[in-house]
Amino acid sequence: MTRSADLLRFNTCGSVDDGKSTLIGRLLYDSKSLMEDQIEALERSADITGAGQINLANLTDGLRAEREQGITIDVAYRYFATPRREFIIADTPGHVQYTRNMVTGASSSNLSVILVDARLGVIEQSRRHACIASLLRIPHLVVAVNKMDLVDWSEERFLEIRAQFEQFLPRLDMKDVAFIPVSALNGDNVVDPSPNAPWYGGPTLLGHLESVHIGSDWNLSEFRLPVQWVNRPNNPKHAGLHDFRGLSGQIAGGIVRRGQDIMALPSGFTSKVREIWTLDGSLREAFAPQSITLVLEHDIDVSRGDMLVDPAALPGAGGDLHARICWLHPRPLQAGRKYFLKHTTQTVQAVVTAIEHRINVATLDAEPGAPELAMNDIGEIRVRTSKPIVYDGYASNRLTGSFILIEQGTNATVGAGMLHPPAETAQPEYRDFVI
Amino acid sequence: MSNYYLDHLQYLETESIHIMREVAAEFERPALLFSGGKDSICLLRLAEKAFRPSELPMPLLNIDTGHHFPELNSFRDARAAELGAKLIVRTVEAALAKGVAVQSPGQVSRNHLQIPVLLAAIEEFRFDCCIGGARRDEEKARAKERFFSFRDGFGQWDPKNQRPEIWNLYNARINPGENMRVFPLSNWTEKDVWEYIGREKLAVPSIYFSHRRRVVRRHGQWLPVSELAPPKPGERVEDLVVRVRTIGDVISTGCVESPANSVADIISEIAVARVTERGSRADDKVSEAAMEDRKKAGYF
Repeated sequence: MTRSADLLRFNTCGSVDDGKSTLIGRLLYDSKSLMEDQIEALERSADITGAGQINLANLTDGLRAEREQGITIDVAYRYFATPRREFIIADTPGHVQYTRNMVTGASSSNLSVILVDARLGVIEQSRRHACIASLLRIPHLVVAVNKMDLVDWSEERFLEIRAQFEQFLPRLDMKDVAFIPVSALNGDNVVDPSPNAPWYGGPTLLGHLESVHIGSDWNLSEFRLPVQWVNRPNNPKHAGLHDFRGLSGQIAGGIVRRGQDIMALPSGFTSKVREIWTLDGSLREAFAPQSITLVLEHDIDVSRGDMLVDPAALPGAGGDLHARICWLHPRPLQAGRKYFLKHTTQTVQAVVTAIEHRINVATLDAEPGAPELAMNDIGEIRVRTSKPIVYDGYASNRLTGSFILIEQGTNATVGAGMLHPPAETAQPEYRDFVI
Repeated sequence: MSNYYLDHLQYLETESIHIMREVAAEFERPALLFSGGKDSICLLRLAEKAFRPSELPMPLLNIDTGHHFPELNSFRDARAAELGAKLIVRTVEAALAKGVAVQSPGQVSRNHLQIPVLLAAIEEFRFDCCIGGARRDEEKARAKERFFSFRDGFGQWDPKNQRPEIWNLYNARINPGENMRVFPLSNWTEKDVWEYIGREKLAVPSIYFSHRRRVVRRHGQWLPVSELAPPKPGERVEDLVVRVRTIGDVISTGCVESPANSVADIISEIAVARVTERGSRADDKVSEAAMEDRKKAGYF
């Protein structure tokens, strides 16, 4: 198979009036990703609402309610491509519900772009965005210092903002941070290099997005396959399919090879990989995040919600969980409440046994004594599940280390949880069982 | 570069397969909406990738307006038969006869009539989930759509009250009478769809390729001339080499002049195209919020 460009997912965050929508509009416009009818529609709305000036923000603010109120309600996704890469932008609004929306938009991002208004410098909102990116463990961060035209492209001002931000960096645990001076309104350093900043020798925003290394953003060291669907053709007419029993799922971590030993958890049954089945033929090896179907040597009891792992790199397991949670719902989280907890491919009942503290999202400091977590709060909680789950710490695997909480009755998704590293590795239920 | 990386199509594919399997595992009576159009052709291939060597664990469903291009329906039937899939077709014609759907006076297009027919089919078969081929890049209201789009007892979409989707954890829980629409191609663009059709060597209906057709110029578009849509007085019928970029019904689907007669030609044409594919759909031009309003009423 010939391979083409890879895919970078990023999200943009800024406060109201930081020029975030304008920046996205500029990226699309200058990279020639906009079509004539879209530009025509922009011009049409400019005549009606914008006193004749084209408003690039109208490109992203898609719903009528948003255009009327001049706000962005929810996460909007935008797509564009250059010859080097394809891009998915999650545009997350900066107003009151920003934490909830940013968590939603950024959870699968490789990179976050934080907009800072050059006139205002690093404000509390900028620190919040950086902290959320750090809590979500987004691998790459770009600080776009916008509206540089309004500070006369002052290098001194840019360096000052950079220093303000760097002062704050050590507590974030972010390895890759880039600073880029831009003017989204005029297009400087967004797609085309700016003649106004001869003192800046770095790439443009698009240049950086095209070249940042994302190859190691997935965990490729510990094999994890949450079983999603048991594939049983049960076809009496076809001898080869009569006994076919495949375990389908998306690899959440690591690499799996034909012939390798695997263990099913929580049972602890072991077997070997007989075949890595795909519609395109059998594979010698497969890796995260491929979707595959494994056929094992032994007919061991495995169903949806179980996890196949490398027995040499066991995950943790337990029913008493310690996690950070971002609360997403207007009805606050209180200790003692019961929820459904969805983790990888299984849903179990869970009770939040304690709220340890709230996390100040602008400083990452603990604020003890919080009786409840309100919407947009992030806090540390203890959860007990109705049966043990098999998991990793979020820091080592975003997919096996995360969960959502679902309110019983309304079925609303109310919380997004990130698990702390497990205290104990998985103890197979049938330790002495040998096939 | 390491061998352990996926290009953008492989990434989109694995994401979509994951979503397909979540549907099969979490719902009791799902259906896959298959029209024979390019997006649903990709959906079907993804279903094969997700579920083979088993049979597809869900029937295919198509709402036929009676204004479909004949090429599309014959392609739809042939493809379903080839895959051994169960195909359910419900028609606007029958719904009008039964009074399930009522045409507004003077209205020719049956686009909006698909809504009551779809909702009736969901009720008839008690489908709890319908997989559709909508993409977020098609239209601004779609850009805010979720993979798992919750619909209430009336099939309505409430953009202000959507479930957050975080990591790859999709909340598929619904109460009786409620319904989910799932869009595995949410992150795909028009270009991705054609590249995938090319990579997977998938057949598509002939009207996507260049052919001669009688058309008239109306509202800046070339619209096909047919019994249902005769030329209006003063319009000149022209015989042009055209193709369609997106397939609605024969009344509202604009044609583009194009010599493209292979998937590779189409991909290069899209790469330099200057209008979006929905730019050729008269039904979206009614108002800036046309799609938002239809989705709130229960559209796909």
